[in-house]
Amino acid sequence: MKPPRFAYAAPTTVDEVLDLLRIEPDGTTVLAGGQSLMPMLNMRMATPSVLVDLNGVVQLAAIDADGDRVRIGAMVRQRTIETDARIARRLPLLPEAARHIAHVPIRTRGTVGGSLAHADPSAELPAAISALDGRLHVRGPDGDRVVAAREFFLGPLTTAVEPGELLVAIDVAAPPAGSGWAFLEVARTHGAFALAGVAAVVHVGSGGAIDHAALALCGVGSAPYAATWLADVATGERPDEALFDHVAQRVHDEISPYDDGHASADYRRRVAVVLTQRALRTAAARSNGGGPS
Amino acid sequence: MSVPVAQEAQIINVTVNGEPHTATVEPRLLLADLLREVLGLRGTHLGCEHGVCGACTILLDGEPMRSCLVLAVQADGREITTVEGLAGADGLHPLQEAFREHHALQCGFCTPGFLLTALYLIDGDPALDERDEKDLREALSGNLCRCTGYQNIVDAVRDGAARLRDAKEEV
Repeated sequence: MKPPRFAYAAPTTVDEVLDLLRIEPDGTTVLAGGQSLMPMLNMRMATPSVLVDLNGVVQLAAIDADGDRVRIGAMVRQRTIETDARIARRLPLLPEAARHIAHVPIRTRGTVGGSLAHADPSAELPAAISALDGRLHVRGPDGDRVVAAREFFLGPLTTAVEPGELLVAIDVAAPPAGSGWAFLEVARTHGAFALAGVAAVVHVGSGGAIDHAALALCGVGSAPYAATWLADVATGERPDEALFDHVAQRVHDEISPYDDGHASADYRRRVAVVLTQRALRTAAARSNGGGPS
Repeated sequence: MSVPVAQEAQIINVTVNGEPHTATVEPRLLLADLLREVLGLRGTHLGCEHGVCGACTILLDGEPMRSCLVLAVQADGREITTVEGLAGADGLHPLQEAFREHHALQCGFCTPGFLLTALYLIDGDPALDERDEKDLREALSGNLCRCTGYQNIVDAVRDGAARLRDAKEEV
């Protein structure tokens, strides 16, 4: 239960990180908050020859909330997402999702980029960023490329980041002003891995009909499930139980959850249906200053 | 200039409970093992060694973290608080007093981690004792206790928050 030997580097700039990744791309692992990687090292499930520590790269830890889109550096801590006033104002879905990530003493160390790049199928932030249609900035030797969240997560612990590349930041457009939001999850105990989780954003227009809606789930497949069809189904509809049931039924039919020691696929599917209904109901009720209900 | 990549031991400087220390450590040494094995501060307990139990929680620059999930080299230049840093010359820390009076421990294995997590929570929210039971239990959920059933720990943290507030108001 102690890490194997590895060579350690502590760069202070992204360019230095990319230089280090070039030397031995396959044997090199980057260390962000370490709340998943350190257990894997301690249990020797991960045996990198070189560990590149990102904690000294200050430029990766910035939040820029001044523009049209909110840009969040990969090394911003999950606890910061939970407590930052700018994030709470523009992207209230994120702090609500962050509160479901493990526990306070994990979130003080764990990072946004670490969670996204680790891509655990039950993780909250990949689903939340998928619901918000965020973009991930991946930097490699040839410069930056931007990957949509819905194309970033390829499978369990597998993303679009190639060897030699680094996830440096995400950016997210704030939903229309007055949008409601909800992140709900069922886990065996608070902070345990989600059996299923749902991120929802709904905006109800002045006429009482939905004009913006987004939904994504975690824990119900090999990657976050984004309901890309939701805008077509919900736009112009009233936020009522018939609509929520219809959406939840379609989610039920389209997700492919798995069996494991914590829950059966069938149970996950049933939880996903109920959480989808509740999340849409809560998000609609919070729209236009309805406030947390 | 390229960044050094080294498997060899390196020299780090850490401040633990206000005291500066210099140590020579391999990169793979865990912060928990630096505290326990190198500095001899065995009040930080190691339970699961993969971040689940919370027994090894310390404060790193004032924030609670698992010392089993941080490398000693990452603490270079940082300030650490362990359970040994809580009691003063005139006796137990008010939060420790509250734990003692409320029977918030039996075997004591989890207690150092609980104390440091609770101190951080109280520091960020002086009215922590007025938070509802669910919030408080959620905030403490990263620390496992197998003896008490948590009820007395929750009571002690509430009382500790009140004691610390009173102590502050007296000054």
